[in-house]
Amino acid sequence: MSQVQLSVKNAVKEYRLGGLISGTTFRAVNEVNFELYTGKPEVFSIIGESGSGKTTLSRMILRLIKNDGGTIELDGKDLNRIKGRKGEMDFMSRVQPIFQNPFETFNPLSRVDRYLLDTAQHFFPDDPDPEKRVEEALEAVGLSLEEIGKRYPHELSGGQLQRTSIARAIIPKPEILIADEPVSMIDASLRMSIVNLFSSLKERFDTSIIYITHDLATAYYVSDRIAIMHRGIFVEQGPARGILENPRHPYTKLLVRAALDPSPDAEDFDYKPSRFEGEEFTAKGCLFADRCEEAGNECFHVLPCEVELEDRIIRCLKYNIK
Amino acid sequence: MSQNVLSVEQLNAVYRTELYGIKREVKVINDISLTLKRDEVFGIAGESGSGKTTLIKLLSGTHRAPLTVLGGKVSYDFEDRDACTDVLNCSRADLDSIRWKNLSYVMQGSMNVLNPVRKIHKSFIDFAYRHMDIPDKDDFREAVVTYLAKLRLPAEILNSYPHELSGGMRQRVIIALATICNPDVIVADEPTTALDVVVQRETLNLIREIQGQQKNTVLLITHDMAVHANIADRIGIMYAGRLVEEGKTRDIFYNPSHPYTQHLIGSLPRIGDSSHKEGLKGNPPNLASPPTGCPFHPRCPRAKKECSERNPAMEMIGDEHRVACYYHGAK
Repeated sequence: MSQVQLSVKNAVKEYRLGGLISGTTFRAVNEVNFELYTGKPEVFSIIGESGSGKTTLSRMILRLIKNDGGTIELDGKDLNRIKGRKGEMDFMSRVQPIFQNPFETFNPLSRVDRYLLDTAQHFFPDDPDPEKRVEEALEAVGLSLEEIGKRYPHELSGGQLQRTSIARAIIPKPEILIADEPVSMIDASLRMSIVNLFSSLKERFDTSIIYITHDLATAYYVSDRIAIMHRGIFVEQGPARGILENPRHPYTKLLVRAALDPSPDAEDFDYKPSRFEGEEFTAKGCLFADRCEEAGNECFHVLPCEVELEDRIIRCLKYNIK
Repeated sequence: MSQNVLSVEQLNAVYRTELYGIKREVKVINDISLTLKRDEVFGIAGESGSGKTTLIKLLSGTHRAPLTVLGGKVSYDFEDRDACTDVLNCSRADLDSIRWKNLSYVMQGSMNVLNPVRKIHKSFIDFAYRHMDIPDKDDFREAVVTYLAKLRLPAEILNSYPHELSGGMRQRVIIALATICNPDVIVADEPTTALDVVVQRETLNLIREIQGQQKNTVLLITHDMAVHANIADRIGIMYAGRLVEEGKTRDIFYNPSHPYTQHLIGSLPRIGDSSHKEGLKGNPPNLASPPTGCPFHPRCPRAKKECSERNPAMEMIGDEHRVACYYHGAK
């Protein structure tokens, strides 16, 4: 039986809107639950529209922001209780990020190898030969020091840069990689090679990857499990193939229907536009209710809780009342 | 009045810089010829740095130094005026009179296009008022409201600031802005990039709906082949500043002939298909020192000696289907 490695329980992040007196709070991440297991590496995708809280959630797991409720634990230890340089270093060597835009993650004034060697020396200060670790990491992403070492970031293509930042992330041999929209800035011809890289890292280093995206097609291609996020809530989570081939939550159904099929004979799509913005922050009940074709009266008042349904966990009143 | 609304002949352009006497030339547009018909959606696909956006700058006559035209002609044939035969050298006043009325744009990065300190209504005045022949401001507002209603946008957005609208709403406002004067040609540069799935679909439907009503020509630029599949009538594929293949959407998707197009189509992930997809080997060419011969040959699986020596010219291989490859028949 595999052990729980990362556990996110009822994680909440609240932000304040408006002034001190008249302001309201809204939940960017609202009671999200999921777990990753040791000994069972997987690609876990979080899919959602912009503003759904995907990035906020990933930043909480990276300890870049604090959660306002619930717990996030790595191997049973609460992230908020990690203290001191040693604890932080230990955390960083186990959870590493990959960011969206590779053109912005590198310092334009220093050479690419500097960035990699610094990381190696930072994590392994006693290692006499940090270059070997860098070379190993680069080899895993299909590059070499010889090829990119003496170059500046502007001399490399987006694909090479993104590979380099993945190489940097795997230098400390992390157990979890968090990739926030890693391919959205990459050219179409290079995109698949980055996505393929995730599957090979998973197999080679037993690394679990949290892949955050709004692209259903690549998520289907690479993930083992997915979670669909809508306005701070995981509306549906479970096996990737199962959910995308047979969506149950109305929002997932909408997403799958709206995803562009890359074929000239794709079917037409008819959809009623969402309501005037600005109201949903304060809305009660299921936040998808106003766009939902199957919504009943109670959907506007009651927030559904998580229900297990065959292979997946779903948050929809339709499956709550039974 | 001919069938074609725009024709581009052998357009060549470079970015030319000179610093402390050191001259540099980057050839971005390489011998591009194409025609756009009335009432069609023409898609241009290609990766970043392949010259898509530069091409639009030239087509709209908004090029400035360091972008320098070496040769070629861009001519329009609009319905309500004499043919505008040479946009690249036409006067500022002429360009101003064409702009928005005959030729309009949906710009890239739509989230940041609208002026953040002006209400949407003011933006409509800024963009469209002087092209619409409605001198009275109240009548103009009335006309805008009627048009918005046609696009199923509520009239109250006119009194909002851009930050009060969601991304999808802003995108629709920008499309409304670009099409309110019923232009002959609409250029849309990456109109759906950075939008999420549902909004993207809404936006494409809106563009198609407007195009169906107004019967104008849409030049749609994006690197996302799934978008082209759903909206374009014809597609042109650009690589390293050249047009390498052009054809009807069906021909491009079901019978791609250039190895680059074949890879683009073949590697598209789709829901329900879990077969392995390869990324293309190698890197996009550096236009400052492009490879000799065919610019694609270092990454091409079927490149032969000839490919590294001479550059293949465009060749007709079917009905409206052109390709620039010596071995286009091979699989």
